[in-house]
Amino acid sequence: MSVPLLAVDGLCTHFFTKAGVVKAVDGVSFTVARGEVLGLVGESGSGKSMTGYSIMGLVDPPGRIVSGVVELNGRDLSALSAEDMRQLRGNRIAMIFQDPMMTLNPVLRIDVQMVETIRAHQRVGRAAALERSRAALVQVGIPSPDERLQAYPHQFSGGMRQRVAIAIALLNNPDLIIADEPTTALDVTIQGQILFEMQKLTRETGAAMIWITHDLSVVAGLADRVCVMYAGRIVEEGTTFDVLTHPWHPYTQGLLDSVPARGARGTRLSQIPGMTPSVQDLPPGCAFRERCGYATDECTVNPAMRDRGVDGRGVRCFHPLRAGTAA
Amino acid sequence: MSETAPAPRAPLVELRGISKRFVKGLDTAARIGNLFGAGVAEEVVHAVDRVDLAVSAGEVVGLVGESGCGKSTLGRLAVGLLAPTEGGRYWNGAPLAGLAPAAARLQQLKMQMIFQDPYASLNPRMRVEDIVGEAPVVHGIVPRAQQHEYVREQLNRVGLDPALMRRFPHQFSGGQRARIGIARALAVRPEFLVCDESVAALDVSIQAQVLNLFIDLREALNLTYLFISHDLGVVRHVSDRVVIMYLGRVVESGPTDDIFAAPRHPYTRALLAEAGTVEPIKRTFIPISGEIPSPLDPPPGCHFHPRCGQAMPRCRESAPALTEIAPGRLSACFLDGAHA
Repeated sequence: MSVPLLAVDGLCTHFFTKAGVVKAVDGVSFTVARGEVLGLVGESGSGKSMTGYSIMGLVDPPGRIVSGVVELNGRDLSALSAEDMRQLRGNRIAMIFQDPMMTLNPVLRIDVQMVETIRAHQRVGRAAALERSRAALVQVGIPSPDERLQAYPHQFSGGMRQRVAIAIALLNNPDLIIADEPTTALDVTIQGQILFEMQKLTRETGAAMIWITHDLSVVAGLADRVCVMYAGRIVEEGTTFDVLTHPWHPYTQGLLDSVPARGARGTRLSQIPGMTPSVQDLPPGCAFRERCGYATDECTVNPAMRDRGVDGRGVRCFHPLRAGTAA
Repeated sequence: MSETAPAPRAPLVELRGISKRFVKGLDTAARIGNLFGAGVAEEVVHAVDRVDLAVSAGEVVGLVGESGCGKSTLGRLAVGLLAPTEGGRYWNGAPLAGLAPAAARLQQLKMQMIFQDPYASLNPRMRVEDIVGEAPVVHGIVPRAQQHEYVREQLNRVGLDPALMRRFPHQFSGGQRARIGIARALAVRPEFLVCDESVAALDVSIQAQVLNLFIDLREALNLTYLFISHDLGVVRHVSDRVVIMYLGRVVESGPTDDIFAAPRHPYTRALLAEAGTVEPIKRTFIPISGEIPSPLDPPPGCHFHPRCGQAMPRCRESAPALTEIAPGRLSACFLDGAHA
């Protein structure tokens, strides 16, 4: 097998607070192939966004990447100097955030922000950069791009602003786009438009994408492969089809059962009991143990990711939900 | 419940031809400017535009729409948090306008609202005991001496540990806060609840718990809900009937199963096509084009025509009326034969 575009191995990002060590990301490993869309799914506090920030090198104190390797094209990112990392960010890896009002500078016109992004990484003239910016706006489906280049962020609607953020991410033709819940704040029909553009863009540009979301229905239609995160760890991974049709981890099963529209109308949904644990004082062993109907004494030891090789399918559970797999 | 025969009586809550316009008045500078002929006009938002809505006792009506469609405003009009610009509210067929203050106060207790953001709708400086217990004491439902015991019952009912009642809202998780909001609304023994995006801010697994609570409470207390949400999956799960709004007007309504099986209005069809499923079918997202227009300046005629694939010239000129296309099914579109 060739070298994957992105390889994350044993990534641990911990926050050293006065109240104790918060293990936001605790031993996360996965790979992303060129042109692949990976869905990173989890509930709030599961560490999915922090995984994205760690890859981008955007973890602020008191947080720190404690251990683990992030390799882009076989190059270890942790060995890079701050300046080299800055050159990589926005160039080879780009990130799209949930709230485009926070990522766009409110006092600068769109053209200024776009030209700046290009000229930070490429030696091109203003006119060429402007032309590239215009093309990027067309690419993400913004009508009358010449006028829109002259506008300020507040003059755009929410969906249009997110398109601008996506256009900026695309400017330098990145190999990898990390999208952190970019459609969560948008209306259903506008979300549909953005997903449509993203699907088209990854196909056209061949960029790989990590799509971070809590919404299983978005992942179902978009991602090639899925990693399900719980309390800072990946508990299950595999192709989207496998994970969503035959989940192995009890948590994945619980999540899928919690989604309405599957069960009959007006009846109770089957729910996962209890609450998402705080990652600050996780009990030793499987983090899902206390909400899990299958838990046994064995589960007080943290299960390792069991890799079965086929399609990169793996599960972190002693009692996976598949007949004959309990080792 | 759905198995009870439809009683031949007036709906529990009814809104007739209700409208809400928000007017941004002119400031002094603009008024002076107008004296010199600047011609600055007041900005008017037609948040809700002549909507009829009836909710029968024991029914759950889902109200669906995107941001700015007026669904929250309609919910607030229904509970009386906002006064309508025109149109009237009726309770069991009797008009609610012009009630004597004492009667109006008593009436108000029967309708309660559960808000979207459990972080913003609970007073951060009050303990849960007071958040839940204040209203029933003030309205004389329980004597102050029994407040503690009463709050204990209320918290038990929504699945919260009563031992936590001396705590402040920030000490709870999102799901627990949603439960506090529900306990507060139920503490005054309402018959009709408006739930405005009450589960939107919650994680999927917690959302399922709160939805189950709504379903349990409905059976236990014989409640009637107006359930406002942008999430079609949630609405489909809890509602008996669905009302779909677009830019201040109702575009389609009908029994949940019928609407989801065979949507008639082009907007409903587009909305349902976008609704997510967890079936892992790698699908091509086919979006409806265009933005949601600003309610400050809605398009003439049918509000949906600029985004509609089947728009005809007459859609630009006049708005189609909401007409019955099948028993219990209403749709506002010229494509439906009744208008021809």
